[in-house]
Amino acid sequence: MIPLAVELHGLTLAPGGRVVLRDVTLAVPAGRFVGVLGPNGAGKTTLFRAILGLLRPAAGRMLVLGQPPAPGAASIGYVPQVRTQPAGAGLRGWEFVAGAVRGARWGLPRLGGDGRAAVLAALDRVDARALADRPLAALSGGERQRLLLAQALLDQPRLLLLDEPLAGLDPRHAADVVALARQVGQELGITVLFSAHELNPLLGALDEVLYLGRGAAAVGPVDEVVTTPVLSRLYGAPVEVVRAGGRVFVMSGGSPAAGACGPRHEQGHGHERGHARA
Amino acid sequence: MPVLDYDFMQNAFAAGTIVAVVAGLVGYVLVLRGQAFAGHALGHLGFSGATGAALVGLPPLPGLVAMTVLGGIGMGLLGERAGERDVAIGVVLSASLGLGLLFLHFYTGQAASAASLLFGNLLAVDAGAVWGLLALGVAALAALAALLRPLLFATLQPELAEARGVPMRAVSVLFLAVAALAVALCAQAVGVLLVFTLLVAPAATAQRLAGAVLPGMALSAALAVAAAWGGLALSYWTDWPPSVGITALSTATYAIAALAPSLSRFKLRNALRLTEGQGRSATK
Repeated sequence: MIPLAVELHGLTLAPGGRVVLRDVTLAVPAGRFVGVLGPNGAGKTTLFRAILGLLRPAAGRMLVLGQPPAPGAASIGYVPQVRTQPAGAGLRGWEFVAGAVRGARWGLPRLGGDGRAAVLAALDRVDARALADRPLAALSGGERQRLLLAQALLDQPRLLLLDEPLAGLDPRHAADVVALARQVGQELGITVLFSAHELNPLLGALDEVLYLGRGAAAVGPVDEVVTTPVLSRLYGAPVEVVRAGGRVFVMSGGSPAAGACGPRHEQGHGHERGHARA
Repeated sequence: MPVLDYDFMQNAFAAGTIVAVVAGLVGYVLVLRGQAFAGHALGHLGFSGATGAALVGLPPLPGLVAMTVLGGIGMGLLGERAGERDVAIGVVLSASLGLGLLFLHFYTGQAASAASLLFGNLLAVDAGAVWGLLALGVAALAALAALLRPLLFATLQPELAEARGVPMRAVSVLFLAVAALAVALCAQAVGVLLVFTLLVAPAATAQRLAGAVLPGMALSAALAVAAAWGGLALSYWTDWPPSVGITALSTATYAIAALAPSLSRFKLRNALRLTEGQGRSATK
């Protein structure tokens, strides 16, 4: 039997009473690089919060690495969405990575020799030692992602959750972040869930895709999930999946202007539609 | 040193040092968390506490401490919704000041006691009060030390700290209680209206100068102590109230730290332009 990273059994998630996922049953195999995709508001962050044990299922159950989720599990590494104005942005990157070492324990923030070694090892794993000396405010979006990935690797996690790490990055830096996340996942042999609202930057790298939309979800290889019938079901509207030039375009059907639009816009259009109906 | 020949001067230096160390350390985290305004408001809450205590014949310090700590805990429980929070805090702040004024009206004591509550008077601190400040200061710092690691984690990376199992609400409430103690101490030294001068200005200066938390906290405490000593020395030679010198010094330090980096950046930018052969624009 293939070991599973995440199992959902009839899972319903309803943060604040709003149903985001309804009666979803699926399994994400371990050791894969998985893109978590779907329009804004489809429940990517909600699903991550449930996996972290921060949100209780409204119905159904879930297993994460074979266990019911609970906050504080060292087996899950997490990189939250970037804040626009983080506190202490004038502090060096080191402080942010080191702050996560045994961060939930009471007492003075003394790192100790082993803590320091763990921080250095995590920084070296993502080649971010030089970044740790610079103030957070002086880092670019891609550099910041690299640094915070080190923080997520501190406790030798078996599952890595990256929440929209490509937000606000230009295509070149986005490609760097994708390559780094995939490389780290492979080297450590761990499962990576990488959420994004656009498929194309991830296309060559993904082993599997977990697509969310309208309370439902589908998981599997890109070629099986990102198809006209599956996405039409998830968007709740007829969409057409078109492959061209090594890229995938999701077109919302019927719009005569659709063909004239650029790929980025095209996918955004489909998403807006899905979002409005979700 | 002639300054220390008098008992009241020794008491003032001891009290000023205790208050400044606590304010510098606690204030650093307060500023890092973006809760400076909450600190300011806690001082005003303390005013009604102190005047209320005086009205019923108690010394002002217990009333001050009780009111600020209760206020701090209340603010922590109120939660973190920024926008409305500032308004709510501001409304409670002015209500509290008004209440304090009413207490003063009934307490037909001297106007001097009101002035010393509002603006502080380190020179009036007696030896007994120094011991009281020391006990409160040690309590505040012990609580801060016990709290510091999860507090910094929750401040710098809140989403992650929550996922790692930091009890966010408890940390926030406990810290505001510690901050309230620091505010009560500051109010004893520089008055409820000037708590910013020891609690916020040195901390903000240190955050501009230091790139790491613990050195930053040490620098913040050192700057606060320097301002307190400088203010007292100035008061000795000029006969002005010590709070005047303390505010002047901590403001001046902050202004220098705030302006210096942008000045040097400006120079650097011009130097770069010159090396790129665009010397003309550098003359602007």
